[in-house]
Amino acid sequence: MNLQYMGLKEVNGSLIFLDGVKDVSFEEIVEIILDDGTLRRGRVVQIQGERVVVQVFEGSNNISLTNTKTRFLGHPMKLPLSKEILGRIFDGSGLPIDGLGDVYVDESLDINGLPLNPVSRVYPRNYINTGVSSIDALVTLIRGQKLPIFTGSGLPHNELAVQIVKHAKIAESEAKDFCIVFAAMGVKNEVADYFIHSFEEADVKEKVVMYVNLSNDPIIERLLTPRCALTAAEYLAYKHGMHVLVIMTDITSYCEALREFSSSKGEIPGRKGYPGYLYSDLASIFERAGIVKNTKGSVTQIPILSMPNDDITHPVPDLTGYITEGQIVLDRELHQKGIFPPVGVLPSLSRLMKDGIGDGYTRKDHSAVANQLFVAYSKVRDARNLASVIGEDELSPIDHSYIDFGNLFEKHFLNQGPNVNRSIIETLDLGWRLLSTLPMTELDRMDSELLKEHYDYQDAITYFKVIVKSTVKALASTRAVKND
Amino acid sequence: MSNNLIYSINGPVVTVKNSTDFHMLEMVYVGNNRLLGEVIAITKSETVIQVYESTTGLRPNEPVFTTGEPVSILLGPGMMSNIFDGIERPLQKIADENGIFVPIGGNIKILDDEKLWDVTVLAKLGQKVQYGDIVASTQETSLIEHRIMIPKGIQGEVVEVVKNGKYTIKDVLLKVKDTHGEIHSITMVQRWPIKTERPVNKRLTLNEPLISGQRIIDSMFPIAKGGAAAVPGGFGTGKTMLQHQFAKWCDADIIIYIGCGERGNEMTQVLEEFTELIDPKSRRPLTDRTILIANTSNMPVAAREASIYTGVTMAEYYRDMGYHVAIMADSTSRWAEALREISGRLEEMPAEEGFPAYLPSRISQFYERAGYVETVNGKRGSITIIGAVSPQGADFSEPVTQNTKRFVRCFWALDKQLAYVRHYAAINWNISYSEYIPELTDWFNKNIDVQFLPYRQKIIALLAEENKLMEIVKLIGSDILPDDQKLVIEIGKVIRNGFLQQNAFHKDDTFVPLNKQFKMMQVILHLYQASKDYLVQGKSLSLVLKTEIFEKVIRMKYDINNEDIDKFDDYISLIDHTIRKIK
Repeated sequence: MNLQYMGLKEVNGSLIFLDGVKDVSFEEIVEIILDDGTLRRGRVVQIQGERVVVQVFEGSNNISLTNTKTRFLGHPMKLPLSKEILGRIFDGSGLPIDGLGDVYVDESLDINGLPLNPVSRVYPRNYINTGVSSIDALVTLIRGQKLPIFTGSGLPHNELAVQIVKHAKIAESEAKDFCIVFAAMGVKNEVADYFIHSFEEADVKEKVVMYVNLSNDPIIERLLTPRCALTAAEYLAYKHGMHVLVIMTDITSYCEALREFSSSKGEIPGRKGYPGYLYSDLASIFERAGIVKNTKGSVTQIPILSMPNDDITHPVPDLTGYITEGQIVLDRELHQKGIFPPVGVLPSLSRLMKDGIGDGYTRKDHSAVANQLFVAYSKVRDARNLASVIGEDELSPIDHSYIDFGNLFEKHFLNQGPNVNRSIIETLDLGWRLLSTLPMTELDRMDSELLKEHYDYQDAITYFKVIVKSTVKALASTRAVKND
Repeated sequence: MSNNLIYSINGPVVTVKNSTDFHMLEMVYVGNNRLLGEVIAITKSETVIQVYESTTGLRPNEPVFTTGEPVSILLGPGMMSNIFDGIERPLQKIADENGIFVPIGGNIKILDDEKLWDVTVLAKLGQKVQYGDIVASTQETSLIEHRIMIPKGIQGEVVEVVKNGKYTIKDVLLKVKDTHGEIHSITMVQRWPIKTERPVNKRLTLNEPLISGQRIIDSMFPIAKGGAAAVPGGFGTGKTMLQHQFAKWCDADIIIYIGCGERGNEMTQVLEEFTELIDPKSRRPLTDRTILIANTSNMPVAAREASIYTGVTMAEYYRDMGYHVAIMADSTSRWAEALREISGRLEEMPAEEGFPAYLPSRISQFYERAGYVETVNGKRGSITIIGAVSPQGADFSEPVTQNTKRFVRCFWALDKQLAYVRHYAAINWNISYSEYIPELTDWFNKNIDVQFLPYRQKIIALLAEENKLMEIVKLIGSDILPDDQKLVIEIGKVIRNGFLQQNAFHKDDTFVPLNKQFKMMQVILHLYQASKDYLVQGKSLSLVLKTEIFEKVIRMKYDINNEDIDKFDDYISLIDHTIRKIK
C-alpha cells in the first residue's frame, strides 16, 4: 500500500519539500508524477518530523506546487541486474536507453552498497599488462587496484583509456570472463560516442556495460551514475566471477554536481565551495574496487579526472590522490612535444606495484629498473633546468649524458604511439638499453649482479647512435673494464 | 518500550524531540536495527544524536534507546591480534557471520566469550584491593601476558577467589566486599568510556628513545617513549609506508594500528604481512603484539571519529598493565575531516577552512594521552603516538598540520620531491625536527656512545651546508665551486644516498640497529675528514673521487650485515689506505 501525496510545500533547485508525510525512511526512493503524466524519480535526503526533503534526479523543471503527485516506494534505490546487462547502454540512473527494453532481473541491489570488510579483502598482487611501457614499467596496474588518470582539457586521456582497454583485453583473453563497465558522468556527447565506437572497433562491445550521463543531463542523476556502474561491476565480479575494469569519466564533473547539490541544500561549504564530506563521498566510490576472498572476480577502477587549470592541488585531484592507490598524471609539455601517451613520469605512482612485480610476476630486475629510471629522469630535469640557465655547452659531461638520456627516453620509451603493444620483457629490456647509455657509476639503485647481467654500454651507444663526449666515454669504458 | 522517538534524520545526525532522558555523550541505540549512536547536543526541545552507522532506511518515529553510560568499549583478553572497526566491532567475526560486506546494526559479541583462558589468580583472600590493582593474569598471546585489573569504582577486601585454571571472560574470578558491605564480582573484562583518560599515578620525564631501526628517525630526529610525533605528507609520499615500518620494527611491547579513514587494501596488507612477519626479538609473528583498528574511508564517518579514541583507550588499558605501547594513527586528517563533517551537519559556525573552532582542543586532547607514566598500580608504562597527517594539496600551512605541530615535539615532514626520485623514507631533513634530544642525551651517551650526538650534529650541519651550496649549483653548475665546497656536496650525496635513504624491502636495510647507525655515521664523517685533510695539502678532489671510495661507502649499508659491526673498522682503514695511496 503506497499513499500518494498531492502537491508540494516548496521547490528549490532540484529539491522538493513535502509536508505531512508519514512513515518514510531515509534515502527512500520517490516517484513524482506530473500533470502531463511524465514520471520522475527522486530520493529522500532529509526528514524532519513530517516534513520531507526529496532530491529529484531529473531536476525540477516544470514542477509547481500543485501539479504533482508523489509516491514513496518504501525502499532505497535498487538497480535491477542480471548477466544480460553486458552489451547494454543505460542512462545515469540505470534505465535502458538503447531501445532494447528492460533487462530480465536476476537480482536487485542497493546502489549505495555496503562497505567491504577489510578482513574479506585479498591484497591485490596480479598485474595487468596494459602494453604501454610507461605504465607497465613505472606505474604498474594491478588487478583490483584503483588507479586514476589525472589529466587536463586537451590531453589524450580518452585515447589512453581506450588503449589500455584494447591491450588489457588481449592479455586477459585466455580468461573469458573479462568485461568493462563504463560510467560517463557529465561528458560531452562526442566523448561518449568516441568510447562507444572504440569499444566496437576493439571488438569488446558485447563485454561492455555503459551508464551514460551526458553533460546536459540532470546533475542529480550524475550523483547516481558511478554508484549504478559500481553496483553492476560488483555484481558481475562477485556473483559471476568476472574481472571487471571500470572506467569512469569525468570525476571532476561528478564533484561539481555534488557541489551544486550541496549548495542547494544550504550546506556549509569546505574548500573551493565543495562540501566538507567530499572525501567520504569519493571514498564511497573508489573503495568499491578490490578483490574479495572466495570469489574469482575483481573490480579494477580507472577513473579519469581532469584537473581544472592543470592544478594537482585542486581539491578534486588532491582528495582523489589520498584515496586511490596511485595516479597516472598526463603531462602537457610531453603532449606538445608530440609524445603519446604523454605520461608525466615523476608525479605518477602506483602504490600496489611493489608487491605485484619482480620474480614470479614480471621479472626480478623490474623494481630496480623502475627506480633507476625515476632517478635518472629526475636528474634529466635538473640538467635541463641548469642548461636553461647556463646554456647546454657549459654543462659537465655527466649532465650532458643525462640530457641525451632524457631525449632518448622520451623518444623511445614514452613515445610508443597508440597501436604498439609491448610486452613487459620488451619494456624492461628497452629500459636497460636506455640506462646503459649512462656511465655505470650513475646507476646507484642497481646491485652489482644486475649490472653485470644487463648493462651493456657499447651496445646501447651503437644502438641509439649516441655521440658521446670523449671524457664520458673514457670514464665509462674504464669502469666497464674494471667490472669485468 | 522507549518513548523517545526519532524526529528528524540528516545523514548521520538524528534528533529526538522533547526528551529529558538523555545525557551528554551518552551511548544510545537508534531505531529498530539498534544502530549505535552518541548524544552530542541537548536543548529543552531537541536532543541531537550522531549515529555511528549508515542511516539509510531509518524512519522517523522509530525508537531511541538510552543506555545510561557514555560510549564505552569492552576491555579484556582477546583484543590482541584482533581486528576491530572504529566502535570495536570484531571484523573477522563479522566476516565469518555476514560475508564480505559490513552490515549495519546487529548485535555481535565483541570478545569471544567461549574461549577458555588459562588464568593465574594473584589476589589472596583478605587482601585489600582498589582500582587498577592486578589480581590475575593470563597469557593472551605468546608475547603478551594479560594482567587483569580491578575496574574503576571498586575498592575493598577480597572475600572469594577461584583456583588457577581455565575460565571464560564471563566467569567470576573473585569477589570484593567494599566498606558498605556490598559484594562486587570481578571478571576478566571491564568497560571504559573512550573519551575519558584512564588515570595514572604520575607522569614521568621521557628519557628513553623508541627505536625504530629507521636511520633518519633514530639518528637524526629520534622520538622518546611516551612522546608524540606527526608525519605530514601529501599523497604518495610514503606516510603509510613509514607507519608500517614503525609498526613492524619499533621496540614497543604492543602496537595499536589505527587505520582511520584510509584505504581498505592497506589494512588488508597489514593483516597479511603481519601474520607472516616474525618479530626479530621474540621470533613470534608480529600479530601477536598488534591490535588493528580499521575504519576505512568508506565506513561510516562518525565511527571514524570514534576510532581514534577507541585505539587510545585500548593503549591506556595495556599501559596500565605496565607495557610500552605505540599507536600509529593513519591518518589524523581524516579524523579531523570527520569532525568537520559532523560539525557541518550540526550547522555550527566554522572556523578555518570549514573546520570547527574546537579542532585544536580536540587534537591536543588526543596527543596529550601519550606519555611515560607510573600507573595506578605502580608499574611503568608508556604510550607513544605517531600520527600521520594528510595536508590538502601537500600544503603544511593548513589547519590540521599547523595545530598538530603545536602539540607534538617530533615533526617528520615528508617531501614530494624526494618521493618523486624514490628517496625513501622521504623525510625532508631541512624542515623536520625533534625536541626530544635534550631528554635523550643521557640515554645515548650511556647506551650507544658519547660521540653519537656530536656525530649527529655534524651530519646535520653538513646537510644544511650542502643544501645551501645546491642552491648555487642549480644556478651556475658545480664546476666552478672550489674543491672544499665540492667535497661538501659529494659528502652530502654520501649522507643522502648511503645513510638517510633506506630500503624497506632489503632484508638487512629494513631495520638497522643503533650501533650500526652509529658506525655508519662514523665512517662517513671519517671519509669527510680524511678527504678534507687531503685537500688541505693542496691536492685535487677529483683524484679522491676517482678511487670510487665514495661509492663504496654509499653501498656499505648493503655490503655490511647488521651483525658484522666490526667490518666498519676495516672501512676506516680502507679509507685511510686508499687516500694515502693516491699518487
